[in-house]
Amino acid sequence: MSSDIRFTDFKSDKQPTWCPGCGDFGTMNGMMKALAETGNDPDNTFIVAGIGCSGKIGTYMHSYALHGVHGRALPVGIGVKMANPDLEVMVSGGDGDGYSIGAGHFIHAVRRNVDMSYVVMDNRIYGLTKGQASPTSREDFETATTPDGPNQPPVNPKALALAAGATFIAQTFSSNSQRHAEIVQEAIEHDGFGFVNVYSPCVTFNDVDTYDYFRDTIEDVEETDHDRFDREQAKDKILESDKEYMGVLYQDEDSVPFEEREGVEGSMAEIPDGAPEGAMDLVREFY
Amino acid sequence: MPDDLNWAIGGEAGDGIDSTGKIFAQALSRAGRHVFTSKDFASRIRGGYTAYKVRTSVDRVESVVDRLDILIALTERTVHENEDELHEDSVVIYDGERSTMQDVEVPHGATALEVPLKRLAEDAGGAIMLNVVALGAACEVTNFPIENLDESLQKRFGDKGEAIVENNKQAARMGQEYVREEFDLDTDYDVETTDEDYVLLNGDEAIGMGAIAAGCRFYAGYPITPATDVMEYLTGRIDQFGGKVVQAEDELSAINMALGAARAGARSMTATSGPGIDLMTETFGLVATSETPLVICDVMRSGPSTGMPTKQEQGDLNMTLYGGHGEIPRFVVAPTTISECFWKTVEAFNLAEKYQIPVFLVSDLAMAVTEQTFSPETFDMDEVEVDRGKVVDESDIDAWLDEKGRFQAHFPAADGVSPRAFPGTTDGAHMTTGLEHDELGRRTEDTDVRVEQVDKRNRKVETAREEESFDYREFGDPDADTLVISWGSNEGAMREGMEFLAEDGYDVRFLSVPYIFPRPDLSEEVAAAETTIVVECNATGQFADVIEHDVLERVERINKYTGVRFDADELAEEVKSTLADSAGTQEVEAE
Ligand SMILES: Cc1ncc(C[n+]2csc(CCOP(=O)(O)OP(=O)(O)O)c2C)c(N)n1
Ligand code: SF4
Repeated sequence: MSSDIRFTDFKSDKQPTWCPGCGDFGTMNGMMKALAETGNDPDNTFIVAGIGCSGKIGTYMHSYALHGVHGRALPVGIGVKMANPDLEVMVSGGDGDGYSIGAGHFIHAVRRNVDMSYVVMDNRIYGLTKGQASPTSREDFETATTPDGPNQPPVNPKALALAAGATFIAQTFSSNSQRHAEIVQEAIEHDGFGFVNVYSPCVTFNDVDTYDYFRDTIEDVEETDHDRFDREQAKDKILESDKEYMGVLYQDEDSVPFEEREGVEGSMAEIPDGAPEGAMDLVREFY
Repeated sequence: MPDDLNWAIGGEAGDGIDSTGKIFAQALSRAGRHVFTSKDFASRIRGGYTAYKVRTSVDRVESVVDRLDILIALTERTVHENEDELHEDSVVIYDGERSTMQDVEVPHGATALEVPLKRLAEDAGGAIMLNVVALGAACEVTNFPIENLDESLQKRFGDKGEAIVENNKQAARMGQEYVREEFDLDTDYDVETTDEDYVLLNGDEAIGMGAIAAGCRFYAGYPITPATDVMEYLTGRIDQFGGKVVQAEDELSAINMALGAARAGARSMTATSGPGIDLMTETFGLVATSETPLVICDVMRSGPSTGMPTKQEQGDLNMTLYGGHGEIPRFVVAPTTISECFWKTVEAFNLAEKYQIPVFLVSDLAMAVTEQTFSPETFDMDEVEVDRGKVVDESDIDAWLDEKGRFQAHFPAADGVSPRAFPGTTDGAHMTTGLEHDELGRRTEDTDVRVEQVDKRNRKVETAREEESFDYREFGDPDADTLVISWGSNEGAMREGMEFLAEDGYDVRFLSVPYIFPRPDLSEEVAAAETTIVVECNATGQFADVIEHDVLERVERINKYTGVRFDADELAEEVKSTLADSAGTQEVEAE
């Protein structure tokens, strides 16, 4: 790790193909800043992404990375971190990727509390498949596949996370770049699963949850008397239905990462040239 | 085999059938006898018929036969289930005082040995030991020195304290003495002991042991019969070697976790059975295109859907060979014996890393739940070789950087295999993806690059065909007119079946093939034979299909899909009738 790492070192030479104005630009810049700010460099960083416009992030960043299949980025991240806890692991994807097809993994990744960060670009729509309802779309949000709206309430990912025993829950807004980067940085620094839901507007398919909407409604918990270590307060903020918050909503100060509890010590990449020492004891056990 | 003895204990699930059977099997193995066990179990925890069968001989045993010499029946149903296998020298041990056993009729002139198992167990310290009383009785019937049981009892009950162990030893002796005093047995079973040292293990345990021997450090899985034993074996053991088992929330997660760990440089594996393999399918392609070395183990059971979860079948061959959308380069390796479960697992890891490709390790229920004796040297750890393939580190990474200093993780090498840099390697940062990509891992739809990368990945298979030996094992007369081919766990039954065939004057050449893809070219062997028969536990003949495809010739098929593995004698009969039928058709054609 060298100290002269700048956030642009995390940029790949591939030009993003996101629509001009897409919230994902801001989200990604904040992630790169946070990584550089926390003293990481591309060679010790592993980014896992799912599928969607949001999932392309691994392509536009420079680091070790894997761009997997739809909804399965979290398990990949867990595998990477378990096999080498020295790596900085960051998982990213969209609301469809994380809360629909990957919802099962989300809850279990939260429970497992592996020391990594999970940044979800929540645009309340399926962008890459051109504008269908996502699990965070509003109940009356009309799309080609839901002409009368999904007719079911949106999932509340922060509530899911809290219920599943999350140790770090935060929310940011991609266009508020300074705060967004700070909060992602906190997620990285948190000892455990740092979950950040980012409002990252889709300028092409979502004309309801727009920059203007978030700008007008979102409130920074830093400007209130919110105590992030108080689970009850977090619960109230998270369940408040007609208010959008930004900031760290909840953090468990006593969080111990899963891999630490499991006693994983270092990288599993080094193995002997033949069977490990003492392997013959494995055979003798069957006497 | 003069002292070839077939023994079984049967009852309801929950009666302790498994552990009692295992105690006896271990005692035999420690007494220097060969053992081959099989289990008959239903998919429920309590109730339902369950049996544990032990075949034992001083000579090596490779299969089950259609005969039972000693049967411990804890329920009446046990007698009915095994009726056909009893004969006039059989001895059936049961507790006639129990209400469930009042009307037992022991068929075929077999000896009915009524032993008050429960009453004697109570005298020894608790009714729960009635199975052990029965073991003691069986020792007397078979002239097997009861001291050999003691160590197994120690192993099984040692954790529960010395008093329990002593009570059990006592229970066994009470069974023995009762038989000695009450009956004047007219049987001449004589189970001799030898000085040989054997270990007794099943196929799943051998896979787990092979994985650790090969340096596997990460395992993610989701419980499913009959693959769970692999996970249970590794849990607790792999940690001692710096590894970890993670029980994932489902198979989708399991394979993706295993992929992540492999990406981070660990030797990594997942194991499952049919339904789990289905769930993992989408990720097969990702493993292949991201060129991640991964061992995916499928311990087959009876399908489709949830089928018969505790029954034998070899129905997933097509799934492992062709499963997944698009075209996925992969290797499919299928051990044919329990010892091969160990060695092929080691090989699977080497192949996976040498070629950076998914390797399917395909086993089946019959092999997974069967325990067999081996001399410990069969698993000589000094013979294990580890080949990690083209891993580069700080010292040699420069050779693989492009003019702008970017690592070419998908460099289209002539042999199809690119360099590999574990995350953390300086200057190695790169991305891998399931999207089509260029040599740097960057997404592309450029037609030339697409073709170049597809060809590159497929070249691994060609290279492996040249460099590895994807061979078969051969038995019998190389010049015989009849050629039998099988894969998976049928090898043992067929090898023994050949003895029956030889007795009846049938000459057979038998090839047991552990490589499904790439596989040996069998065209010369098939051409040299008059009749070729492919034996497998499925209804449609999936392996027969691929062989026909390879050799451009019709082959005969023996298929069993009852859920039960082949018996040696049954298989011999099947071969005979197939030959009779095919001779018939040949005559018709000649007319
Ligand atoms: C198994 C599978 N099903 C469906 C798809 C098609 N698909 C690609 S992206 C996507 C939705 C992505 O939505 P979201 O995660 O919200 O990301 P966004 O594009 O909005 O950033 C879908 C359904 C797929 N790639 N794989
Ligand atoms: S479709 Fe929406 S989410 Fe996708 S790139 Fe365009 S603006 Fe962004």
